[in-house]
Amino acid sequence: MKEIALHILDIAQNSIRAGAHEINITLSESVPDDILSLIITDNGKGMDQESCRKASDPWFTSRTTRKVGMGLPLLKMNTVLSGGEMTITSEPGKGTTVTATFGYSHVDRPPLGDVSGTIALLILSNPSINIVYTHICEGTKWSISTNEIKEELGEEAVTDLTIVRSIREIINENVAAIRNFQNGYDKY
Amino acid sequence: MEKLKSLADLKKIREEAKGKLELRVRGDSPEGLVQVKVAMATCGIASGAKPVMDFFVEELDKRGIGAIVTQTGCMGYCYAEPTVEVQLPGQEPVVFGYVDRKRADEIIEKYIKNGELVEGIIPVNYEKID
Repeated sequence: MKEIALHILDIAQNSIRAGAHEINITLSESVPDDILSLIITDNGKGMDQESCRKASDPWFTSRTTRKVGMGLPLLKMNTVLSGGEMTITSEPGKGTTVTATFGYSHVDRPPLGDVSGTIALLILSNPSINIVYTHICEGTKWSISTNEIKEELGEEAVTDLTIVRSIREIINENVAAIRNFQNGYDKY
Repeated sequence: MEKLKSLADLKKIREEAKGKLELRVRGDSPEGLVQVKVAMATCGIASGAKPVMDFFVEELDKRGIGAIVTQTGCMGYCYAEPTVEVQLPGQEPVVFGYVDRKRADEIIEKYIKNGELVEGIIPVNYEKID
């Protein structure tokens, strides 16, 4: 995976497959603290301890179409390569949380990539799941969610893929605002 | 154009464009729509399925083709990712492999518009014989 955005798209699919009704995606960044963290929490079916432990093993998967599962192992690799780590906590019937941290200035940290486009795509292609995206920059928060869009624009708006660009623009503008237009942050 | 800053801004634009939108919706019956499914599991995403999906969403809309673009999981053709399944109205679905923007353009222009097949089709051999 060449971008953090692609990891988000990939890991969120796990939550969707786990039957989650709500997925929280939080991206937190701070140049002064030199840290980037990504937390994805869902209320899907969860995993037992054994599966949770094996989840970052590429030779383990719950699928039957193929014998490998590379999503979490690739994310873990990228965190470790940039001086961070990945942890998974899960409880059967309750949900799963994946936490990934990266060294912000580390040369091996993948760039953020098209995070806003990814979030817009996730929201609009999964209208029945409440996807909450929160962006935190040095403690300042901004968030957007499927439910908020439904409330403001009506139920049917979240199935309209043609507004993907508009949602992306709204996310871009607001993230730029909470970053206070400072230098040193990744292109967003 | 002023940049969009909030959902309220978007609501305003949508209301202004509503007349145009309704016209188009009426023209498209769901059975008459082309279905495009982009495989988006780890293998697909890592090989560039997202830009391909963005391309289909934008270009089909721009070129005025009534289509539904959705995501699917891994179909087991990891070696040929990104793969895209296209189903023309009333026809069997066809799976295309190694799709990049260039091939996606070909698929739209040749297959979706004219029904002409393009290179990179993955033969469907899992159909059951009853």
